[in-house]
Amino acid sequence: MSVAVSEPIAAIPRPALGRLGAATLLLLPIALVNVVGFILPVLNLLRMSFNEALSGGGIRETFTLANWFGLAGDAFYLELIINSVVVSLTITVLTLILSYPIALYLHRSSGRWRTFLTVLVISPLLTSAVVRTYGWIALLADQGPIVQAITSFGFAPPRLMFNTTGVVIGLVEILMPYMILSLLAGFGRLDPRVEEAAMTLGARPVRVFWRVVLPLTLPGIALGCLLCFVLAVSSFITPKLLGGGRVFLLATEIYDQAIVTLNWPLSATLSILVLVIFGAALAVYARILRAID
Amino acid sequence: METNPTSLPMKILVFLLFLFLLAPVILVVPISFSGEQILSFPPQSWSLRWYTALAGNSAIISAFWTSLLLGAIVTVLSLAAAIPAAYVIVRMRTMGSGFLYNLFTAPLLLPTIVLGLAILIVFASAGFLGSFWGLVIGHLVITLPYALRVLATTLGNLPLACEEAASTLGGRPLTVFRRVTLPMMAPGIVAATALCFLVSFDEVVITLFLTGPRLTTLPVELFHHVESRADPLVASVSVLLILLTLAVVMVVDRTVGLSKTFVK
Repeated sequence: MSVAVSEPIAAIPRPALGRLGAATLLLLPIALVNVVGFILPVLNLLRMSFNEALSGGGIRETFTLANWFGLAGDAFYLELIINSVVVSLTITVLTLILSYPIALYLHRSSGRWRTFLTVLVISPLLTSAVVRTYGWIALLADQGPIVQAITSFGFAPPRLMFNTTGVVIGLVEILMPYMILSLLAGFGRLDPRVEEAAMTLGARPVRVFWRVVLPLTLPGIALGCLLCFVLAVSSFITPKLLGGGRVFLLATEIYDQAIVTLNWPLSATLSILVLVIFGAALAVYARILRAID
Repeated sequence: METNPTSLPMKILVFLLFLFLLAPVILVVPISFSGEQILSFPPQSWSLRWYTALAGNSAIISAFWTSLLLGAIVTVLSLAAAIPAAYVIVRMRTMGSGFLYNLFTAPLLLPTIVLGLAILIVFASAGFLGSFWGLVIGHLVITLPYALRVLATTLGNLPLACEEAASTLGGRPLTVFRRVTLPMMAPGIVAATALCFLVSFDEVVITLFLTGPRLTTLPVELFHHVESRADPLVASVSVLLILLTLAVVMVVDRTVGLSKTFVK
């Protein structure tokens, strides 16, 4: 009986050497993967950005800021960086505009209908980005349905693929589920009674939207925009396939420098730059959140 | 919906936006039955020729088996590593369990293009490139955080009472875990299994960095195919992949409920 009484105490948090040993042993596999596949590679990547690239893929171990100054002094890379940020911001704004009505509608629906629509929103997330980009290639092709529809109205056939337009269209669609889910998470503060109160007091629907609905949903908007921007800056598959090698963005350049040109130091520097942009986006997000509250 | 009636223009707008969202996924179904030589929509003629072509494409079929085996091994290893880790972090609460949780889920914060490059550089010098086990480690880096997140949430939501009762009745810690905790975690384990498998099976970017000419996975093979030519072959693969995903999702939905697994 004494054993039975002492056992439950073991289930209550109590630091002991034996427990610590067991804990370490149980954490060993995950820690091993984390160190080998995450911590070491990332530290090594940081180190690599200060190495010197030799011609033909060679690398000289040194400590130079040449890669960083090289980026700042090269017109091609300056344009690439600015272009990446501008395109990602454009994608973020368009994604927000196209996602907001869906999220609002989902928030206001209920029951099985809501579940069904939620599944529809999530389902593209479960489909490979390669497959969805492939679908866009079929839609946006020169003889594709969209170009044909536009020319049937008598307009000149636009080029919708293998350029920035195609990349923007494809990425907006690919990022919409993330935006919708973020918006929905932030819509919790949106109480229909508040809207009704505004209506009762004589506000017209448009005014209710701008003065009541939109301000209440700002936190969700901020979260969704952060997520979309970060995903757009670092997305690779869609820009590579829909850009057809003619759209130069940070992620595609990281890949090309690493795999085609074999300039790992430059590729590492661009990667760290992406992380710096992430940090900046996070800082802006934190400021916006503070401004909202 | 009843309390806040939606106007007709709003309904039409939402319908069009849903159409935009789902268009590329829906589109691959008719394209896969195209009888054309090249990718076009709508196809001028219909046939099953691209499904036949798929059956005869040994590169895609072998890539599919690689992906399936890889996904299965990665899923089993993810569960084997994440279940004990979740138990330690949620139940044992040793020093810094919050820090450990953040550290072990941190790989999800990095873009896969950066993570892929980082792993490529380290694996290249270790001779892991183009090797199956190199791919396993590369995939574990991103499946483990998902598994840990799902399992830790499941475990955190379970009442301690049953486990306490079991140990009060004299069950040793390992027995209590095996006979009480583990069965109660079953829904979380099913969800983690599905999530790990789908993440591994769909992974492209990290895999692109780690595959070699002799070893390639299905998404990477499809990526290279789309990059080099535009024919309806990828559509027929996509339809089969969508059916496979649907099957996995339905199994999860029947066992634990879809929204519990993916909307978090």
